[in-house]
Amino acid sequence: MFWYTKSNMAKLTRDDVLKLAGLAKLELSEDEVNKFTLEISEILGYVEQLQAVDVEGLEPTYQLTGLSNVMRPDEIVDYKIERSELMKNLPAEEDGQIKVKRVLA
Amino acid sequence: MSQWPSIKDLASDVNSGRVSASEQVEKALKTIEEKKEFNAIIATLADRARQRAKTIDDRIKAGENVGRLAGVPFIAKDNFLTFGAETTAASNILKGFEAPYQATAIERLEAEGAICVAKANLDAFAHGSSTENSDFFTTLNPHDKSKVPGGSSGGSTASVVLDMAPFALGTDTGGSIRLPASFCGAVGYKPTYGLVSRSGVVAMASSTDVIGPLTRTVADSALVLDIMAGTDELDSTSIVKDKLGYELSPTEAHLKGQKIGVISEYMSEGLEPEVKDSINKAIEALKQAGAEIVNVSLPSLPLALAVYYVICPAEVSSNLSRYDGQRYGFSQQDTTNLDDIYKQTRSIGFGNEAKRRIMIGTYVLSSGFYDAYYKKAQIVRTKLVKEFEDAFKKVDFLIGPTAPTTAFGVGENTADPLKMYLTDIMTVAVNLVGVPAISVPCPVSDNMPIGLQLIAAQHQDRKLLEIAQLAESILK
Repeated sequence: MFWYTKSNMAKLTRDDVLKLAGLAKLELSEDEVNKFTLEISEILGYVEQLQAVDVEGLEPTYQLTGLSNVMRPDEIVDYKIERSELMKNLPAEEDGQIKVKRVLA
Repeated sequence: MSQWPSIKDLASDVNSGRVSASEQVEKALKTIEEKKEFNAIIATLADRARQRAKTIDDRIKAGENVGRLAGVPFIAKDNFLTFGAETTAASNILKGFEAPYQATAIERLEAEGAICVAKANLDAFAHGSSTENSDFFTTLNPHDKSKVPGGSSGGSTASVVLDMAPFALGTDTGGSIRLPASFCGAVGYKPTYGLVSRSGVVAMASSTDVIGPLTRTVADSALVLDIMAGTDELDSTSIVKDKLGYELSPTEAHLKGQKIGVISEYMSEGLEPEVKDSINKAIEALKQAGAEIVNVSLPSLPLALAVYYVICPAEVSSNLSRYDGQRYGFSQQDTTNLDDIYKQTRSIGFGNEAKRRIMIGTYVLSSGFYDAYYKKAQIVRTKLVKEFEDAFKKVDFLIGPTAPTTAFGVGENTADPLKMYLTDIMTVAVNLVGVPAISVPCPVSDNMPIGLQLIAAQHQDRKLLEIAQLAESILK
């Protein structure tokens, strides 16, 4: 396949995947852990080719428009969105407030 | 033959009262129903569309001109926030979400009289190249039901090719408009980064996401772009539109004197022989018509996909952190504390590809790996930006295939995510450097469609559309 260099490098361990899932607030099944350990290792192996690129003297490109500090007047704008329109999507509500679960277990 | 005239003619027919907006909406809804088995559509906005059509017809009877898109039905990819139906991004985690406001792009089209009739299928959150990552169902290629339509705007593209509406909206983060345009035989336009406001569109990778049209002709794409383009105070990354606008009149440009660079890296190994042959024939036709054809090399292009698959997941992991089950969308309420509701909501609500990208993104952004992956990718991106800038000092346009193959089979690449990612090999660089590009169908005999990709420098959208229209007329 085109520009396709498979890497045999086992980049990630099961524990790495479990740690990543924890950081991203995901719970994985046993099957998912096995699958993602292989797949993500392979993808990281593919992007590994960037390490060898000579980038002497170049800066990162974080954005493409060249715009900076786009300002607007500090005024209240009425976007005509009803409070009820926003509230109707809430999974849980009490007395017109967003209801969340307790923070401490 | 299509049941729709050009968008310009249709709007003029509606404005003059020759045909009604209501008839157009019924035609669209009927076709959507008849072509149901292709799974292009997630939901119709039938009630709202009929109401809007009636209002438009009443205004026209009262002597008003309703606008440049009067009564023109269109279909939006389901990552555009719209009234009249849920906005799901084809994900389980957004199922049931009713948008409290509409995307700026939708508002601008409606202000000119267009009518959104349906929401189209996509890979969930636009993560994919085939629509097989949709959490609901896979869209089938209009030319062959055993093949994918490409993705992620596969539903939008299929809907246009199936003649459900005169145009559809897509988003293109790494090729998601151009690839399905190539696989289904439509015109797909990816504007300069920032040209169309992204307010009200579900974010994927914010440094490359753009919005664009899918149409049957270049002229239709140009008209739709003209109406959507330009700064929006709700999107601080939006840029000003060309003073001349983008709507085309047929005779203003010529191929003679235009210098077009064939991208050597895209014409080399790995290109399916049938695609290579078709693209070479198209290039030869442009040459015969007076264009000056030269070969151009952009040596860092083979790195573009690796750059993309660092930057894109990084931005995805950040953009998808908002789905926490607290304010909208799916929420696993049967939990005891906040951490559990986050974890269970996201684990049930996100599909495989979203989870995969969230974890890759979390990895490349984590301390200890940030410099080696994320920062390094952003620096290699600079190399690409410079190579494109240099190329556009030598040529007016770049040309090549949109994809290395024709549409692949349903299920063919689903077991190997990296192989699926490679489908985007010829489209991602354009997103990383923010330039405009278009996929125009090449002539094919009985086989699956092939797209010719034309690319211009940033802000040269008008010139690109002009040359694409010439190419389209030559290749017909």
